[in-house]
Amino acid sequence: MLDKTGIAKRIAREVKDGMYVNLGIGIPTLVANYIPEGINVELQSENGILGMGPFPFEGEEDADMINAGKQTVTLLPGASIFDSAMSFGMIRSQRVHLTILGAMEVSENGDIANWKIPGKMVKGMGGAMDLVASARNIIVAMQHVNKAGESKLLPSCTLPLTGVKCVKKIVTELGVFDVMEGGGFRLLERAPGVSVEQIRNSTAGKLIVEGEIPEMVL
Amino acid sequence: MPINKVVYSAEEALADIRDNMTLLVGGFGLCGIPENCISELVRKGTKGLTCISNNAGVDDFGLGLLLQKKQIRKMISSYVGENAEFERQMLSGELEVELIPQGTLATRCMMAGYGIPAFYTPAGYGTEVGEGKESRRFTYKGQEKDYLMEYAFDADFALVKAWKGDTAGNVIYRQTARNFNPLMAMAGKITIVEVEELVQPGELDPNQVHTPGIYVDRIFQGTHYEKRIEQRTVRSK
Repeated sequence: MLDKTGIAKRIAREVKDGMYVNLGIGIPTLVANYIPEGINVELQSENGILGMGPFPFEGEEDADMINAGKQTVTLLPGASIFDSAMSFGMIRSQRVHLTILGAMEVSENGDIANWKIPGKMVKGMGGAMDLVASARNIIVAMQHVNKAGESKLLPSCTLPLTGVKCVKKIVTELGVFDVMEGGGFRLLERAPGVSVEQIRNSTAGKLIVEGEIPEMVL
Repeated sequence: MPINKVVYSAEEALADIRDNMTLLVGGFGLCGIPENCISELVRKGTKGLTCISNNAGVDDFGLGLLLQKKQIRKMISSYVGENAEFERQMLSGELEVELIPQGTLATRCMMAGYGIPAFYTPAGYGTEVGEGKESRRFTYKGQEKDYLMEYAFDADFALVKAWKGDTAGNVIYRQTARNFNPLMAMAGKITIVEVEELVQPGELDPNQVHTPGIYVDRIFQGTHYEKRIEQRTVRSK
């Protein structure tokens, strides 16, 4: 089974040379730490950065220099700053190649819910609705089951949707899944020490298992 | 001589903001918020405000200060996660809240400044954001998809924070404190800009100006900037 770092490490392997990537809050943010050496990518932060760098050294924080999670960050050489409309312009026009974000639920046809639990929690969608409506490639990083032990990979979402038919791939602590065009979660890899049976028991939506499923190598 | 947009205090700049008006308020989280304008609204006690701003501040800073005094009737935002008083007022029904996608919020500002009354975006189609909205199918980059029609904002005032500005109202923003500020500056019927440094015409490089003075009605030298950091994250040397 993977911990949060493991999920981030596995997703980092999906990041290819030459990509502009938007990382959401939480596990997706950790992905930046595991992008392999020698791969040139630029991180986009939707509050207006391309070429986002690591956190500043202590004492060098700048209140005017934050990421979309409101954390103090730095810029890398070659970075640029722009306003929020241009930021979503590059997202809508699909110049940002890959979006990695968290989710509360994903359905077997690729619908995603991650912004509201009616009556309990309403934080807002932030930029997530714009990102999922436009990105060509969306990877969801999340826990396979919620705190109540219920599957988050469902036949259809029960929570208010963030976007429809948009998620392409999911990485959880149990495995890696492609969301199929005609519906269903196709199991690609098992997390270390996890059996297909375990994954089947934790997946409420349609699980597609074809042939031997390799154990992931991190 | 260029047209002079200078006023001498937040009090003078905001003098004609009255109860029940709609305000665009710049900033992302606590970054690039018009601190002096917000303090002046607290002092004036203006009530029944509709505030269009990406976030709602935190309990004791930013728009949170207006929420505490119950001066805001309605918030239009994309993300309101860091504010307990906001959540309380929203769940109790005291505060009306309209949550909209962040890109839609930004573009609704920009379009107001570009003189375009409405536009189409795919964000929110098929979700409750799209309920009751006009939609249309377009082919973009070879892909057929449904888009929602969204309107440009129509707001009484825009309250904007910039880094440097000249007396003609030309302004420059600094780092990610730019965010929604240049968009809202274009969108207000009356745009008020507070700056950290007010300079004379000719002192700003025209090539570096982000918002041309034509969009700015009033500009003033701000004071006592706190520039609070919401999430101080650092790495060790």
